Amino acid sequence: MTTLLSVKNISVTLGNRKILDNVSLDMHAGDLKVLIGPSGAGKSTLLQCINHLITPDEGEIHLEGKKINTQSNAELCHLRQNVGMIFQDFNLFDHLTALDNICLALVKVRKLSKDEAQKRARKELDRVGLSNRAGLYPAQLSGGQKQRVAIARALAMQPKILLLDEPTSALDPELVGEVMNVIQDLAKGGMPMIMATHQMDFVRSLATEVLFMEHGTIIEQDTPKVLLADGAKTRTLDFCSKLNNLKGCEL
Amino acid sequence: MELLDLAFYTERVIPKLNEGLIESLWLIIPASLIGGSFGVLMGVLRVFGTKWIKKIADTFVAVIRGVPLTIQLMILYFGLPYLPFVKIFLTPYQAALIGFIFCTGAYQSEYIRGALLSIKQGQIKAGQALGMTKLQIIWSVIIPQAFRKAIPGCGNEIIYLIKYSSLAYIVTHIELTGEAKILVSRTFRPTEIYLLAGCYYLFLVTLATWILHALERKLYIPGFGKANS
Amino acid sequence: METLKTIYVNLPYILEGTYVTVLLVVGALALGFCLGVPLAIAQVYGSPIIRRAVGLYVWFFRGVPILLLLFLFYFGLFNVIGLNLDALTASGLVLGLASSAYQSQIFRGSIQSLPLGQFKAGCALGMTDRQIIKNIILPQALRLSIPGWSNEFSILLKDSALCFAVGASEIMARAHFVASRTYEYLPLYITAGFLYFLITLAGIRILRRVERKFAIPGYTLSV
Repeated sequence: MTTLLSVKNISVTLGNRKILDNVSLDMHAGDLKVLIGPSGAGKSTLLQCINHLITPDEGEIHLEGKKINTQSNAELCHLRQNVGMIFQDFNLFDHLTALDNICLALVKVRKLSKDEAQKRARKELDRVGLSNRAGLYPAQLSGGQKQRVAIARALAMQPKILLLDEPTSALDPELVGEVMNVIQDLAKGGMPMIMATHQMDFVRSLATEVLFMEHGTIIEQDTPKVLLADGAKTRTLDFCSKLNNLKGCEL
Repeated sequence: MELLDLAFYTERVIPKLNEGLIESLWLIIPASLIGGSFGVLMGVLRVFGTKWIKKIADTFVAVIRGVPLTIQLMILYFGLPYLPFVKIFLTPYQAALIGFIFCTGAYQSEYIRGALLSIKQGQIKAGQALGMTKLQIIWSVIIPQAFRKAIPGCGNEIIYLIKYSSLAYIVTHIELTGEAKILVSRTFRPTEIYLLAGCYYLFLVTLATWILHALERKLYIPGFGKANS
Repeated sequence: METLKTIYVNLPYILEGTYVTVLLVVGALALGFCLGVPLAIAQVYGSPIIRRAVGLYVWFFRGVPILLLLFLFYFGLFNVIGLNLDALTASGLVLGLASSAYQSQIFRGSIQSLPLGQFKAGCALGMTDRQIIKNIILPQALRLSIPGWSNEFSILLKDSALCFAVGASEIMARAHFVASRTYEYLPLYITAGFLYFLITLAGIRILRRVERKFAIPGYTLSV
């Protein structure tokens, strides 16, 4: 199996606090890794380090076996074009319509013509079920719709891997479903993903691996079957059942 | 009172005030264009400059904003010729124009700075995550957003500039207010003439407001301020 | 050396101007406040005709430059209506009238930013419109207006330097007077500028203290 992406010994220090401490992981085709852990564990930092939105103090990123030279802007842009990112708070460009949000990078980065870009953008909007919202601005969309546009925007770039940073945690409960459905379809279609989430039914049914993070390191790493088995003495199960008690019904 | 002496207005007052209006426009238009560009430059430097550039620009703006424009104009016109080593002589027009450019630029830079600072970090991160270069992000994300956020404030500043252009009178540059003053000293009819001159300013200010609102409406995007009715 | 001596000798005279300037600005702000609050209320709650009339007043005083207003009132209108005022009083009145137009817009903005529920809650308790405005709307709106108001203070202070054009003997007039006799233009103007700078700082500090004194814990409005 070829390695799509590998993260090697990433560390991030803020002041004298280690946000990430020597974290490594490998992504292969068909992988769907899920990051779980308490807030402040470093999940978001790890995801943002992978495409260098945060520059790690130590460590390397390899894309398809080739080390990314992080000093070179061209290589950084190349990395980011191939690794899609979905943010917790959507980060749609507030001054552009849903359609133009998707087209912008297609025209500027992928150098498509305007027509091609619009065609592809419409296809992606259709895939997330929002073809009738193409002309609306972010302020006119619901949270769930914004996140679906953000997913369409990332997919239009045809990334090899998708990073998702708690894509549903800023949403009202009744809007979580529409976004999770889109992500589920993607997962079933074989898109490799690394996702921070606490949507446990998704984790159980689709994740190929669960990474439990705490204090900037991965402390448990295995399939959901193992980590979340009834009676397993794992930190993961302990944490998830606490979540379960709080939320009531998700586990 | 011969308030209805129409010939007095059409033959003596209005032609002179029209001349004054042209002079005022010769101040307002260059000052708003050059001052506006200067303000953008200062605003950008105050956000993205190095520590020292920021400090210098901030101080400059604080001084200009803290001291009455009257004094700035007096310094430029009456004060500069008395500099110890290089004596600078400015014509009244030059003194007024330079004063207005500095003043409006300093105030404009506040709005530009505010608009730039209000752009959320996430917008920039989203651009990076899509593989856009720094230049592409500045050009396609930051500038269009900051521009829209700065329009109302910057437009207001132009309206202030229209009104403060009357201060050119203080450094003896004869524009609208100056012409009115001269007319009054010749005809001794202050109320009518100053009221009429006031109408000229009201016309300019109202026209500018109207153009500005039309521009804001044309550029309106949901989520960026409110469309004015 | 000569320069420093000139400044030193004339400083008391110019400092007296500070007193005049402060008097002028405080008077104008007070007049502007007393007129601005009713104007704002009239513009929000008044009948269409009243609202239009207030709109016209505000449009006029905000559209005409202060310098021209000073000329118009001091040399013209005040005499027409038979008022024979000295330059200082006339300046104070004109600045106050102009400021009332600006202040009314600050207050109007604050009143309109209050949630509608505040007025409704008053109605539901059986209060009259007058009672609601006095006891519920104004206490909130005025608190919200303090930042805008301190901005208006610093603008008005700077505008007050224009009053030397009609002969009010405030800082600017005195600095100019001394300068034109001693030819020490630059140092004297800079001294005057410095005084304005100090008054601005002092005023803003006082207003910030006022804001803190009247602050209600947790009361900020997200607009």
